[in-house]
Amino acid sequence: MITEAVQERETYLNASYGLKSWLLTKDHKRIGLLYLGTITFFFFLGGIFATLIRLELLTPKGDLVSADIYNKLFTLHGVIMIFFFLIPSIPATLGNFFLPMMIGAKDLAFPRINLLSWYLLVIGGCFGIYAMLAGGVDTGWTFYVPYSSTYSNTYVVATGLGIFIAGFSSILTGLNFIVTVHRMRAPGMTWFRMPLFVWANYATALIQVLGTPVLAITLVLLICERSLHIGIFDPARGGDPILFQHLFWFYSHPAVYIMVLPGLGVVSELVSTFSKKPIFGYKFVAFSSVAIAVLGFLVWGHHMFVSGQSVYAGLAFSFLSYFVAIPSAIKVFNWTATLHKGSISYATPMLYAFGFIGLFTIGGLTGLFLACLGVDIHVHDTYFVVAHFHYIMVGGALMAYLGGLHYWWPKMTGRMYPEGFAKLSALTIYLGFNLTFFPQFILGYLGMPRRYWTYPDEFQVLHVMSTAGASVLAVGYVMPLIYFIWSLRYGEIAGPNPWGATGLEWKTASPPPAHNFDETPVVTTEAYDYAALEAANVG
Amino acid sequence: MLASHTETLALREQFETPAQQKEASSLGMWIFLVTEVMFFSGMFLAYTVYRAAFSQVFSVASNTLNVVIGAVNTSVLICSSFTMVLAVHAAQIGSRKLLILFLILTMLLGGVFLGVKAYEWNQKFEEHHVPGPTFHLDGTTQQGQAQLFFSLYFAMTGVHALHMVVGVGILLTLLIQAFAGRYTAEYNTPIDIAGLYWHFVDIVWIFLFPLLYLIGRHHH
Repeated sequence: MITEAVQERETYLNASYGLKSWLLTKDHKRIGLLYLGTITFFFFLGGIFATLIRLELLTPKGDLVSADIYNKLFTLHGVIMIFFFLIPSIPATLGNFFLPMMIGAKDLAFPRINLLSWYLLVIGGCFGIYAMLAGGVDTGWTFYVPYSSTYSNTYVVATGLGIFIAGFSSILTGLNFIVTVHRMRAPGMTWFRMPLFVWANYATALIQVLGTPVLAITLVLLICERSLHIGIFDPARGGDPILFQHLFWFYSHPAVYIMVLPGLGVVSELVSTFSKKPIFGYKFVAFSSVAIAVLGFLVWGHHMFVSGQSVYAGLAFSFLSYFVAIPSAIKVFNWTATLHKGSISYATPMLYAFGFIGLFTIGGLTGLFLACLGVDIHVHDTYFVVAHFHYIMVGGALMAYLGGLHYWWPKMTGRMYPEGFAKLSALTIYLGFNLTFFPQFILGYLGMPRRYWTYPDEFQVLHVMSTAGASVLAVGYVMPLIYFIWSLRYGEIAGPNPWGATGLEWKTASPPPAHNFDETPVVTTEAYDYAALEAANVG
Repeated sequence: MLASHTETLALREQFETPAQQKEASSLGMWIFLVTEVMFFSGMFLAYTVYRAAFSQVFSVASNTLNVVIGAVNTSVLICSSFTMVLAVHAAQIGSRKLLILFLILTMLLGGVFLGVKAYEWNQKFEEHHVPGPTFHLDGTTQQGQAQLFFSLYFAMTGVHALHMVVGVGILLTLLIQAFAGRYTAEYNTPIDIAGLYWHFVDIVWIFLFPLLYLIGRHHH
């Protein structure tokens, strides 16, 4: 009888049927799922390029692919993973789905713009795929001039246009989130009652809105330079290639925080839910997200220590870069303090949160090595840098994304994933990740430069370890793909609140009705108030 | 399950009140304008860097631009902002006739601006002031740096003109909707926020005009 009731209830999934009802949907939850499908596709596409890179590096000689192909492989891996997977990942899927629900809103402020932003990502992705099929692009994801503007014979313009269009997708998502958080909060949902995931996405949205347009105009100028022969970055006419790097990194450093800040927000939710305690120092954690967003705009020059910017600029950027450690450390310490004397359960999302905390800390601390001018000159453009940012992007952002996906899966689909299988995959990913990327710190320290397809024989042992780790990692990533799809049909039915969590999203049915709540919720307690939840359940 | 209210233009289903919707729309447009400021700022930065580095050549190059035409276009745009304000006012008092009149006037002025701009660009081609192999500027030996000025000139006025074209397109849409009687004293938010966009594009030109046309004047 209960099963029947579940099947008959109207949810966002069965409110309407057919392809058109999905492709023209204005429901933020459905759009979140459209994004989920799209970025999953791009994740595995980018993963194919990563696999080919690791296979090539198995042996010291360039025997699998030519140098030209190798250049295209790492460029496409970077472009796809950054612009078409990581940037949209958490905000556009989990944020889209849960940000309105967590503040008690029926939808985002601009549902049609939300749908438009998904279409923009898809159109941008099509340009990227066209460039890939037509012959690829070999500039590296950084598109440094004058190579990209003058010398490269690959599909720079198509790729640039794809990123330009996808950038507007990101801008519109950010704009939608900011307006939604300002104007759509339910009665009683004050700023300091918002879940930290909302704070993190709000801070991310600020970066998306302020940073992305600068990348957009930089790409426009690059495309004009390449196709219309204007000369803004052309050294032959007095133009300055370093100006391109300044403009590029003014966006692309903050973009790191677009990728990782939402992950920090997810981890705050996970740590609180699975230790049954409010987040220690809530306001500090909330403001540390905003602080990271602000500081993120002041440190871009640390990518250019050896590019020929002035020594004084280098000193200032080095000094400022250390400051990013403060809000990051606040988060890590406060999560740890939250765990203290908590009633901790080791469900899969929490395993990902633990993985995140460890790997993000290693990634962050090695970031301090790189912020230090002298050390950076030694390890600049080596595998040390590659390992560092993969610890943040994959060990951090991707772990948080997977943790969040497991955490909210029962809410999104109404069904549980298989816990044992999921734990196995979390463990596999953790081990595979460390085996892949830890040896790269050593490789870089020993002097292996990034973006090379051959290397001296003495580096082979470490490269073999790294490639072996990548295979383990690949298995770890395929597992969730299988069991998530399996769970759609065979997973255990999840109740409205399988984790005993406090957020508003858990106060409605799983999967939620089309307008999220049967009636607009009124908020009377602080975030993460487990005592109130307990009292309500007893009452 | 409680049914949500029936959706109207002034009250979409995700909002609780028309005031909330209006505030959200207007905040959204302001944030969009912030992104526009950041978008243009990349070019303003490039301009600042190169003008500081090559001020002499920039003056010479700037002197070749036609100040009279630039000034006429500036006043055309300022007038169009005025008619846009009147259109917003007409919408607020619910006068459909005046709204249509002022929208048409604003579009016409926008069209005049674009026409003049096209004439100016065409002149640049005839004078060989377009960056590329055929470029030549009299009065300086530094042809490369002179091309930087004209690269910025074309990039900045080009991106600005593109915003004008989009603006005219928006006004055309609003005009068609106004004919159909979509806008009333109760619901006119799109007119309001389109006005914000139009003024922004106008203000960008107010910066571009002196930076591109007037910097060389004191060398006479």
